Amino acid sequence: MNNERENEMSETKTNSLASIAAARTPGTTAMGVGLEARSVHAWFGQKHVLSDISLDFYAGTVTALIGPSGCGKSTFIRILNRMHEFIPSAAMAGEVLLDGKDVYRAGVDVTKIRLGIGMVFQKPNPFPSMTIKENVLSGLKLAQIKINNADELLEDCLVRAGLWSEVKDRLDQYGGTLSGGQQQRLCIARSLAVKPQVLLMDEPCSALDPGSTLRIEETIRDLSKTMTIVIVTHNMQQAARVSDYTGFFLSDGGPGELVEAAPTSHIFSNPKDKRTEDYVTGRFG
Amino acid sequence: MHDQPVSILENPVNPVPTKVPEPREITTEPRLSDRVFRTVVSSGGFISLVVLGLISLFLLYEGLNIFRSEGLSFITSFEWVAESIENGTEASYGIGAMLYGTLVIGFIGLFFGFPLALGAALFLSYYAPEWLKKPMVLVIDIMAAIPSIVFGLWGYFVLMPQAEEWARLINKYLGFIPIFSMPGDFYTRSPFIAGLVLAVMIIPIITSISREVFAQTPLDRIQAAYALGATRWSMIRAVVIPYGKGGVIGGAMLGLGRAIGETVAVYTVLNLVYDIRPEIFLSAGGSVASLIVNKFGEATPPELKALMAAGFVLFIVTLAVNFLANAIINRTARQG
Repeated sequence: MNNERENEMSETKTNSLASIAAARTPGTTAMGVGLEARSVHAWFGQKHVLSDISLDFYAGTVTALIGPSGCGKSTFIRILNRMHEFIPSAAMAGEVLLDGKDVYRAGVDVTKIRLGIGMVFQKPNPFPSMTIKENVLSGLKLAQIKINNADELLEDCLVRAGLWSEVKDRLDQYGGTLSGGQQQRLCIARSLAVKPQVLLMDEPCSALDPGSTLRIEETIRDLSKTMTIVIVTHNMQQAARVSDYTGFFLSDGGPGELVEAAPTSHIFSNPKDKRTEDYVTGRFG
Repeated sequence: MHDQPVSILENPVNPVPTKVPEPREITTEPRLSDRVFRTVVSSGGFISLVVLGLISLFLLYEGLNIFRSEGLSFITSFEWVAESIENGTEASYGIGAMLYGTLVIGFIGLFFGFPLALGAALFLSYYAPEWLKKPMVLVIDIMAAIPSIVFGLWGYFVLMPQAEEWARLINKYLGFIPIFSMPGDFYTRSPFIAGLVLAVMIIPIITSISREVFAQTPLDRIQAAYALGATRWSMIRAVVIPYGKGGVIGGAMLGLGRAIGETVAVYTVLNLVYDIRPEIFLSAGGSVASLIVNKFGEATPPELKALMAAGFVLFIVTLAVNFLANAIINRTARQG
């Protein structure tokens, strides 16, 4: 009796997620492969934390990476823009190709890689010593890029991040005066200013309230028209709402693996792997 | 008629008001071991406060007569003459030139020591390879433990012959600027050389305080900068320096405090002259601490009192600089 009921419930849940996911038509906006991971492994010291991940990210789409805590999702996206190497003892193997060129190849300027592959973090982290305007344009200063139309760029980035109307009258106030959700959109605007091809988002809404989360999801959908977005999320509803493709990561105590990657509607309605089905129906994780 | 007593039962809307209690006192009975330990550590804390207070009281008491007789001129006048019956001189004590000289060599020390220490701190925090960090930190900390007379001797025998030549060179090309001019040819034991020795001596404290402040820079801001394509240097300028500014300034002031109080090293490499001279290369400077050690051995009893008074002034100046430094460091630490 109890079992039956549970099954019923999880079925409803699957169906609702599947229907949310089906509302998006995967791949229709794809403009070819933007970023490719080839047989990526990762270690922290002796600990093997990621094993043999190969995954394509199509330009003009959103790819969600889901999976339980500790399965290596965050480690994986930090490998994509070479933030992984800031952790002492971190190591990796495999290739990450941006426009077909390995971002780990010898002689590459790592700051150029990070200009092409931007990142938004879990906790909003605007620079507190800078105003809203300075925050948005900080990437240009940090990467020593000179431009003529700073005000135009400022407005463009804030509009695309969905923040312009809220801050246009107080661009000279400090970033810390904004709410958490606004700060996160400011961080998105800041990433956009250096015109990246790819935007990585590491659980960008986990520190935010539901209203702010929805605003950010709208922003993600708008941005995906022009760039490649990879988002790590714990929230399956969010994966279903915003992504075209979903990758499911899992670790059974050993290194994290990519169990399945497919159009999001398939993952939520008709997953090939039993473990994916168990996870998206809420049987564990 | 209206005075009819109203029964409580008939008027249930008006119950007896709840009495708001006083907050309870929350106590605990500490164990004996805890009480013993508390007594030991608190007496340690109080004894250092008491000693500090007694020292300043002693200096004030000993110097009080001098402050009375000399008044403000004790701080403003340049003359330091002990009473002498043979020479028929009257006593006159003023530490103005010495106070000025103390500040001059302190700032020269800061001018050379601060950039070196800041560079060392940034190097150790963000550029040094792992294997080099520990030994380098150790070496810099050991520098703080070297007795100051050793710095004095090194300054006299090793640094001075070199620094003399540097001074001549600067004088040759920039001599038209008053502070670099030279009325004679007396380059030894100048404020410039004393300042250089002080610069080396204050590097450890500024370096270690700056390193501690830099280490607290929030990692998420550093990562945000790198994720935007920052180079290491542009990250440091945009994130680390704005965050650590207050702490670093506080560290520099602690260094200044040390420089102001430094005695023996300065005494070895500085020629004391009771006059305010603008030329920093000229063999004529001042230092309150060195004045005391210079005069102490052969001072007459009244002169001794004047030295105590000078010590009191030095004590107050050093205390003020240190308090200010700590206030700046704490304010930055709270800002987060």
